[in-house]
Amino acid sequence: MQHTFMAKNPSVLWFLLGLSLFTVFVTIFSEAVGSTGVSTSFLKTLGKTLCLCLVAIAMDVVWGYCGILSLGHFAFFGIGGYAIGMWLMYERTKNIVVGSLENNILPPTPEEVEAAIGTQIFGVVGSSEFPLIWAASHSLTLQLLAVVIVPGMLALAFGWLAFRSRVTGVYLSILTQAMTLALSLYLFQNDTGLRGNNGLSGLQNIPGLEAVSQATLSLWFFWASALALGAGYVFFAWMLSGKFGSVIRAIRDNEARIRFLGYNVENYKLLIFTVTAMIAGIAGALYYPQAGIINPAEIAPIASIYLAVWVAIGGRGRLYGAVIGAVFVSLMSSWFTGGSAPDINLGFYLVKWTDWWLVLLGLTFVGVTFFFPKGVGGLFDLISNYREKHQ
Amino acid sequence: MRSVLFALILTLCGVSAVTAQTLQSILQTHATEIAKPSRKTVGETIDAIVASGLPHVTEFLEQWSKKNIWQRSDGSFFVATAAGDSLTLIDVDTQAKTIGSKSDFKQLKPNGGVRRLISTALVQFQLLDPDLTRRKTAVAAIARRPEAAQLMPLISSIDGERDAALKARKIQLANFLSARFAKEPRDRIAAINSLSTDTSVEARAVLNQILTKSIGVASVAPQGNIAAILDPMVAPDQSYNALVEAKLAPTKQTEIDIRKALEANIIEGRIAGFPLAQMDDRLTRETAYSALAIKGSVPTLITQEVRDAALREHVFYELYEEPNAQITAAAEVARKSADNRVATAQFADLALDALSLASIFFLAAIGLAITFGVMGVINMAHGEFIMIGAYTGYVVQLFIPNYTVAIFVALPLAFAVTFVAGVVMERLIISRLYHRPLETLLATFGVSIALQQLAKNMFGTQARPLTSPDWLAGAWVVNDVIQISFIRIAIFILALLFLSLIVYILKRTRLGLEVRAVTQNPGMASSMGINPDRINMMTFGLGSGIAGIAGVAIGLYAKVTSEMGSDYIVQSFMTVVVGGVGNVWGTLAGAAMIGFGQKWIEWLNPSNTLAAQTYMILFVILFIQFRPKGIVALKGRAAGD
Amino acid sequence: MSTLLEVSDVSVSFDGFKAINNLSIQIGDTELRAIIGPNGAGKTTFMDIVTGKTKPDEGYVIWGEKSSSLLDMSESQIAQAGIGRKFQKPTVFEEQTVRENITIALKNPRRPLDLLFSREAPNTENRVRAVSDDIGLTDALDQLSGALSHGQKQWLEIGMLLAQDPHLLLVDEPAAGMSETEREQTTDILVRAAKTRAVVVVEHDMEFVRRLNCRVTVLNQGSVLAEGSLDHVTKNQDVIDVYLGR
Repeated sequence: MQHTFMAKNPSVLWFLLGLSLFTVFVTIFSEAVGSTGVSTSFLKTLGKTLCLCLVAIAMDVVWGYCGILSLGHFAFFGIGGYAIGMWLMYERTKNIVVGSLENNILPPTPEEVEAAIGTQIFGVVGSSEFPLIWAASHSLTLQLLAVVIVPGMLALAFGWLAFRSRVTGVYLSILTQAMTLALSLYLFQNDTGLRGNNGLSGLQNIPGLEAVSQATLSLWFFWASALALGAGYVFFAWMLSGKFGSVIRAIRDNEARIRFLGYNVENYKLLIFTVTAMIAGIAGALYYPQAGIINPAEIAPIASIYLAVWVAIGGRGRLYGAVIGAVFVSLMSSWFTGGSAPDINLGFYLVKWTDWWLVLLGLTFVGVTFFFPKGVGGLFDLISNYREKHQ
Repeated sequence: MRSVLFALILTLCGVSAVTAQTLQSILQTHATEIAKPSRKTVGETIDAIVASGLPHVTEFLEQWSKKNIWQRSDGSFFVATAAGDSLTLIDVDTQAKTIGSKSDFKQLKPNGGVRRLISTALVQFQLLDPDLTRRKTAVAAIARRPEAAQLMPLISSIDGERDAALKARKIQLANFLSARFAKEPRDRIAAINSLSTDTSVEARAVLNQILTKSIGVASVAPQGNIAAILDPMVAPDQSYNALVEAKLAPTKQTEIDIRKALEANIIEGRIAGFPLAQMDDRLTRETAYSALAIKGSVPTLITQEVRDAALREHVFYELYEEPNAQITAAAEVARKSADNRVATAQFADLALDALSLASIFFLAAIGLAITFGVMGVINMAHGEFIMIGAYTGYVVQLFIPNYTVAIFVALPLAFAVTFVAGVVMERLIISRLYHRPLETLLATFGVSIALQQLAKNMFGTQARPLTSPDWLAGAWVVNDVIQISFIRIAIFILALLFLSLIVYILKRTRLGLEVRAVTQNPGMASSMGINPDRINMMTFGLGSGIAGIAGVAIGLYAKVTSEMGSDYIVQSFMTVVVGGVGNVWGTLAGAAMIGFGQKWIEWLNPSNTLAAQTYMILFVILFIQFRPKGIVALKGRAAGD
Repeated sequence: MSTLLEVSDVSVSFDGFKAINNLSIQIGDTELRAIIGPNGAGKTTFMDIVTGKTKPDEGYVIWGEKSSSLLDMSESQIAQAGIGRKFQKPTVFEEQTVRENITIALKNPRRPLDLLFSREAPNTENRVRAVSDDIGLTDALDQLSGALSHGQKQWLEIGMLLAQDPHLLLVDEPAAGMSETEREQTTDILVRAAKTRAVVVVEHDMEFVRRLNCRVTVLNQGSVLAEGSLDHVTKNQDVIDVYLGR
């Protein structure tokens, strides 16, 4: 069956081929294999971009295919990051604490170790107690499960409530945005146990892999991100092919009609919403160890809107469109705001891109909505139409 | 009243008894005590001076406490001011001025304790001073540091007081003082009972003073006015610490103490026979420690059992400082009743707070209610219109230094600026995207980030002040608990004004009629000669203009930043959605619900506004599940489903 | 002929306006029925109630041999129970091919996981062909349905209904905007469909109703004004009053 699916969806093969070539290419030029073509920090940027692509295709599935403009998927992304961050931070602090306690004359008791870890982690918010949500932070397995399950459960609960009462369209968007805002406000509080606005930091250091250089670690994470993106792409392409995909697109185009055909629209939406939230969580869990730090500002509603912007610019309703949008906008963003873009001297005014990039992005976005409602991916349609006409 | 009369008679008697004396002669009688006063004995001297009733007693006492009294070598006292080596002397009786040399005189320097006694004695004179300011100062001094001795003078000064406000204040203060210091318990209880209706901070402080208690521990309960016997097991560790502090029990070892003791007793890699490597467990450590204790090398381990036994053997109690149980009982009752009143007042204060928060939400959301509710257009840049309004106010203040004028220029100007901005945006963007709500949302979001960054480029990232005129700066104080700033009242009035204005425009004007027509059936409306383009443009401009005015209002009490819009946009959308889309009253209901809800949660969990916001949003999300169409829902086909 | 659908004493009002007023209608299990009536008579609201879109304020809607109440069921459950509905405006999924449109409608398990994990239902292709032959769109199977003509879209929608294999078909103004020949074909499709199931047609066009040659129910102001053959109801004085005005 997989065979026929691949045969029916040649674009998936093309995408996988491109992704593999890109991965090999980056690997060859990475510092980990002794080259200087791709610096470690740029490698991290590339790895992070792949994670952003993954969350972008999840967003594309939920919005471009199913018509739910969720302004909450970056929150799921962040939750994934927090979930893995808790383990990273706990385990690393534990290693440091155990190391420092070794100088004691008496071997430390578990209570002493725990208290020292608590002080290390929660000292910044004036506490040393472990909150309940850290109960599983010692276990990589449990936190890895949390990466998928927490966003999934949140999406399931929220979606069940929202879809059941037929909240649709912009109302749903506003509601998801409210959810995101509530979550980020919650995380901003010091007493909720996730270090308030300090967030979780030092995530680039992987416990147990202290001996491995950052160059190599970054390469591994890059590979993992590429693998996750590839797998996610195939998964969504498989999911959206065939009759299931047909129903999903039908929900987007006319929800009432498909309901009168006997489909329980709510269940379909719930499935899509939850599954994409889980994938977003996975993307976040891969992203934040490469970023090194996560804080509540990452989850703020604006981030989820940017996610929608990427998908819209890339072209929604096609998976590769989301990838194009995420790559294009996030790389452009880091180029412009990183100060590497040349300033433009107008004679009377010096246009500094660090100041003007957001203005440009905002206006580009307006332009895309007007003139390229199908986004950059829409250009491919133009090309293929042109080809058909000339054949 | 009886005590007032009594005091009056006392003063009169004092005056008649000593008419023939001069002040100097009295001073000479007590010369040694005056020259070298001690806090313990000077009281008698001061009483004698005061009892003389001579005209210049007040000046003398004042100058004495100011260290301006000098004694001549022959022993007589003068008020003097030093200038270089010479002194300007004033006779204490005749007030005649003379000059003297410093070398003949010795300055009197009473210590702080004595000076305080002098000023207490002075108070009765100051309370009767013809100068109102001095009387006020004296009353304020008493209020600052009430003392038992001031009670009688204060009471006796009440009848003669001509200033009505000061008289009331004197009566109030006398009441406070008699609650604490009156001789007869009956008088005190009467005064205390009268405090039960007083919510002022002062009155509550008086009650708290009376009810001051100390926590103590002993083997048997002591005599005295015991407030309560405490159960030590509620917080056993703290109770034990109290026991340790009272030197009734040995210190309980902390984990660190145990560790240090163990470390100090390592013999050949073993502690009391236990190998060092086993010490990674709390219980083993305690066992080893106990073994050491048996050998006598360390004090006995205070285990939980030992601790509890020690706690059981002692009585933990709260003791009133006031020995009279009747008085403390009355004060407890009075405080409880006062607390209840304070709670009620706080509730009222909270309600006022909530009302002003609701007004702000309403102002921020009402523009949106028009564009989103009436036109069905999602404008993510609505928050930025609020910001533009606020910056307009800021710029106006740069040019017009008079804040009152500036505000009245800024309000219409902010409306005009955002109205134009709204119309431009409607023409350029929104009119091309009607019936594509999600795309409108995204395009206006693009405008939103562009505007935000533009504002940042123009005005910088730091917050800009929008100063309110002086007459808006104060607060309306109802009592010590209830007060509300004038700005918030102004915002409330502004909100009311806009509510009525919008209701008027929508229900009573041609424009409103046309807006409603276009909303309900654009095709029909245009066939009747209404130009939907123009109506949409006007409506959008109106909504945006109101956002601009809201911006000025919000800027007055919060800071103006480029990001202020995004703080309000989600709240505003929620206000509109919760209230019920397409209905001004709905927005009002939504703003009221969110404002009051948020304050209510803050009340349940004070000092955490973030948590209040979080839970309020969760509540709104849940609310929309059960009433998807909002509080004021349109039914049937008009709802447009 | 046993009763398939029984609507009894149903009322519903919107903001005080009584759209349906004490309405009672019975439909037999293989019956072709036309419902006519002036604007605002409650024809569409009647369909909304039967398909679960609108919940009535009072009354009963009883369905099928088991006499189950439709009022407790959601739209999708009602559709799965065997009631198909065609809307006034042709609503097909324009960005999908005719084949996909029919496949979606085919009577198959409809839960999400069924669709994800058992992809090809048995002899889908044959069933799609059967439907497309019935509505004359076999040649257009791989076209995007958005590219079809107005009449073809109407047929495709009827075809989707047939693919659902319902016991009751509710058809709202099937002939609107059709040419004369298209109307004739539509009549044929409906008459054929009514041989094995119940079909209820709401229509304005008297000619079209006449051609259906079936029992007619006249609605006015939310309740039944008259019922019987077309000739019978057109002679009814009340009906004449309503249609011609007093």
